[in-house]
Amino acid sequence: MDEYGPMVLRVCRAVLGPVDAEDAWSETFLAAMQAYPDLPVDANVEAWLVTIAHRKAIDITRAQARRAVPVEEVPERPSTSRRPEAWDGDLWHALAELPDKQRAAVAYHYVAGLPYKEIAEITGGSTDAARRAAADGIKSLRATYAHTTSVGGTTP
Amino acid sequence: MMTMSDDQARHLFDALPVHDEDTTRRLRERLAVAAARNGLLDVAYRTIDTPVGTLLLAATEQGLVRVAYDREDHDAVLAKLAEAVSSRILLAPARLDPAAHQLDEYFARTRRVFDLPLDFRLSRGFRRAVLAHLPEIGYGRTESYAQVAAAAGSPKAVRAVGTACATNPLPVVVPCHRVVRSDGGFGGYVGGEDAKRTLLSLEAS
Repeated sequence: MDEYGPMVLRVCRAVLGPVDAEDAWSETFLAAMQAYPDLPVDANVEAWLVTIAHRKAIDITRAQARRAVPVEEVPERPSTSRRPEAWDGDLWHALAELPDKQRAAVAYHYVAGLPYKEIAEITGGSTDAARRAAADGIKSLRATYAHTTSVGGTTP
Repeated sequence: MMTMSDDQARHLFDALPVHDEDTTRRLRERLAVAAARNGLLDVAYRTIDTPVGTLLLAATEQGLVRVAYDREDHDAVLAKLAEAVSSRILLAPARLDPAAHQLDEYFARTRRVFDLPLDFRLSRGFRRAVLAHLPEIGYGRTESYAQVAAAAGSPKAVRAVGTACATNPLPVVVPCHRVVRSDGGFGGYVGGEDAKRTLLSLEAS
């Protein structure tokens, strides 16, 4: 857990945002501890944890959808932390606007570092579809987020 | 078509902290409580600061299973515990509160005997027989390796007593520091000779 905790937190934050990420993280590791004895010795632990986190994220999103009051537009989200490096303002705002599949694909590839083949196994669909979802997600992020900051570099 | 390299794209997430110590600590504490409640916390650990350095304490549901000196390398000790006992291992101070409290009292000279459930699963056979005898050596007293060998039922196994002491998984609490050479020398110690001297002088004063 010491080894993978920070990575899983980053992934959960990218997929669920600041608040729900913490619940997802806790539920992921609790489920992982529960399931641990069944983990094959040669298993890819990152992929296994991301798989669990993915299911937890779906559970949380569904539970939210049941509770949610429909609104016309996503309200502006002010940064919930007051740190200057706060990621939960602009970056999360941009991530939240991505379709679920794209957000999952960019998080699992660029934050967790999983190959598209493994991402496809987690999210369903083909490897190519996972690659496309990540590419589309990154394109949108670059358009909505990167230009407001200095990160992400510039493409000629 | 313009594409970003993987590396450039990865930088889009730079704002997400790679290490968020405060949050991680809070989440770990929460997880430890939830895991214990669900019977999933096989090994709980914490550290305490003592006159003989930082000690790592680890306990199973049966009792204290490991006390480790700094020089044993706490990360290595935890890795071995994960292998020998279970990977369900978390920093969870609550389970170690009684042990930490009694060790504090011991180092403050207000406690002479430990009253803690002990889990001896990390030692077997003769070594375990030696460890079982050690608490009978009273506070402030010492025995030679030969005396311990005789008490453990194998008078000739003097070297094996040395090995049993050197591999004691519960130093300080199971007092292998009270076993010394018959010529009056301290003999080796899992926590180093200085630690052995500190414990023996603490008990002598």
